[in-house]
Amino acid sequence: MRRGAKGAVLEVRALSVEFSTARGPLKALRNVDLDVPAGSVVGVVGESGSGKSTLAGAVMRLLAENTRITAGEVRFEGRDLLRASNAEMRAIRGERISMVFQDPMTSLNPVLSIGTQMVDIQYRRDRSREEKNARAVEMLRRVGIPDAERRMAHYPHQFSGGMRQRVAIAMALETEPALLIADEPTTALDATLEVQIIHRLKDLQRSEGCAILFISHHLGVIAELCDYVVVMYGGEVVERGTVRDIFHRPGHPYTEKLLECDPARIADRSRDLPTIPGDVPDLVALPRGCVFAPRCAKAVDVCGRDAPPDVWLEEGHEAKCHLAAKAGGGAASGFEGGAASGAGPRAGAGAASGTAAESGAGEGAGAGTRTASGGAPA
Amino acid sequence: MWLYLCKRVVLGAVIVVVAVSLLYSMIHLVPGDPVKIVLGPRASPELQAAIHEKLGLNDPLPVQILNFLGNVATGDLGVDVFKNRPVADIVLEQLPHTVVLVVTGIGWAMLLGIPLGCASAIHRNSVLDRIAGVLSVSCIAIPSFVVAIYAVMLFAVTLKWLPAIGAGERGNLASQAWHLVLPAFAVGLSWVGYLARLVRASMLEILGEAHVRTARAFGLPERTIVLKYVLRLAILPTITLLGMGIGILISSAVFAEIVFARPGVGRLIFDAVSTRNYPVVMGAVLITTVLFVVSTTLSDLINALVDPRLRSEE
Repeated sequence: MRRGAKGAVLEVRALSVEFSTARGPLKALRNVDLDVPAGSVVGVVGESGSGKSTLAGAVMRLLAENTRITAGEVRFEGRDLLRASNAEMRAIRGERISMVFQDPMTSLNPVLSIGTQMVDIQYRRDRSREEKNARAVEMLRRVGIPDAERRMAHYPHQFSGGMRQRVAIAMALETEPALLIADEPTTALDATLEVQIIHRLKDLQRSEGCAILFISHHLGVIAELCDYVVVMYGGEVVERGTVRDIFHRPGHPYTEKLLECDPARIADRSRDLPTIPGDVPDLVALPRGCVFAPRCAKAVDVCGRDAPPDVWLEEGHEAKCHLAAKAGGGAASGFEGGAASGAGPRAGAGAASGTAAESGAGEGAGAGTRTASGGAPA
Repeated sequence: MWLYLCKRVVLGAVIVVVAVSLLYSMIHLVPGDPVKIVLGPRASPELQAAIHEKLGLNDPLPVQILNFLGNVATGDLGVDVFKNRPVADIVLEQLPHTVVLVVTGIGWAMLLGIPLGCASAIHRNSVLDRIAGVLSVSCIAIPSFVVAIYAVMLFAVTLKWLPAIGAGERGNLASQAWHLVLPAFAVGLSWVGYLARLVRASMLEILGEAHVRTARAFGLPERTIVLKYVLRLAILPTITLLGMGIGILISSAVFAEIVFARPGVGRLIFDAVSTRNYPVVMGAVLITTVLFVVSTTLSDLINALVDPRLRSEE
């Protein structure tokens, strides 16, 4: 892990996004903070409708027409993308930030050959057509497409789903971006392919040195690939931390539940898969207090009354939960602190010294909570 | 691709045979003996019988149809009962007038309608889109023959800018082109509307597809996205419609041929049906059917050239 080695390539601050719907504004993202340190892989995990893809769309400014970014900043390489002109944004897309989409069956143009599409996206490069072709072939080889030269002339429908997603990854890395956003890139693939693609992505990330914002609802994939994890629920970030923090010491009841529901982690045989009872919150008419409270088995009075604070659990690990606060975590000091040492998903370095004494207490209490709740298996 | 082509040609041949058989049966089911019409009411029964025999009208219907198709295969479309000329010659004489009219009419409609549809889709809900929408629907709603009649009255009779009738002097291309303006306008006007609406709808559909978002995510210039990534797909239904449209218009541009007193296949069929000149009806309809099949097959082939998914279908 290259924690703190470089600054964050992407910093999302207090981002709020609304969809206009017939019933009124749907608050798809509320006050989302997120850091992607250069060269690291940050996973965003959550159920459908938690705002993961909206987050990706907002970073790229590729949101549907009925969407409005109401507040916040998306700082990329020192520039606020939300204030960039359309031309500036276009210069960044595919060049500094590229994207791999969920469904490889529909995300490539069906009437243009793979080669044409891979050459077209190099339009900014001052290369001859042969050089562009060669670059495309090289990328196809690197993602593991056999017979790459011949495959350049083929159309997307002549590739299998897994191969198409490899092509999409090859395209995304072809221009050597600083950040790759992968929006559920393996969700449409079967499990064996998923593993292959993830390993390939990890190798490429290491060799290319780009940062990845990896969106998934699949915890196993997140654990395999990511350095940091952001857990989203109902349009909010409810927990953030390193992969180890999140998987070994979850601080938010929702994260605990997510881990319990992951089929790969279920130890005892049972006829029923565990689920989280209840439905995702209505983001048009938000509940008072904590968004997860209506589904939370541990909810107490205060959860339905007040919005929970971001609670500092340990270095770089925070949870948005009243219970975590009661258990002894300190209130996180927000994102304004100096980011010298803490290049976690959220730069909480300022808080690090101030709450050092509480740190141990927080961890101890966290461990206690875990045991009491039956805990997430390591 | 070759397999695809062969399949389309065989299918086309089947369509022609079925269409011709149906028409042949229909003609023989309607009242009126063609022989009596040719010879007049006072012809002797012996003469009538001889002509019946000569035209093969005594054979059972399926045999007649087979005979007709057999003759067609050798290039013999029969003989005009009044003029005693080969039907093939008569039809081929009229055909160029119609083809030129239809191609010109559809051509100007394409040049205007397709860009209009594209612009409407890209600037959806803009003033341009709304105006184009109202105009398109108006163009579609007004019957073409009404457009033709008013066009003649306005541009030929009142303003005297353009000739009212005829196809122009034989051998004088300028005069022929001059005489083509109003009929082509009348034939094409509703097509401007059709094409604009269709192209707009399919552009909007394609613009919403995931691969367009991918193209945007790679920062491709909007011009490249629209012209190369979207229009190429959005044009496919339009090509199919144009294939059918041209095929149908070969025989149904008759309104323009009558209003503007132009020669043409539509008019030939109209006159032949009115006078029960069956060999001419059969020959002309056969040729327009073949042209219809050729036109739709061509549009399918163009679709297959643009869309590789169609080529690879089994």
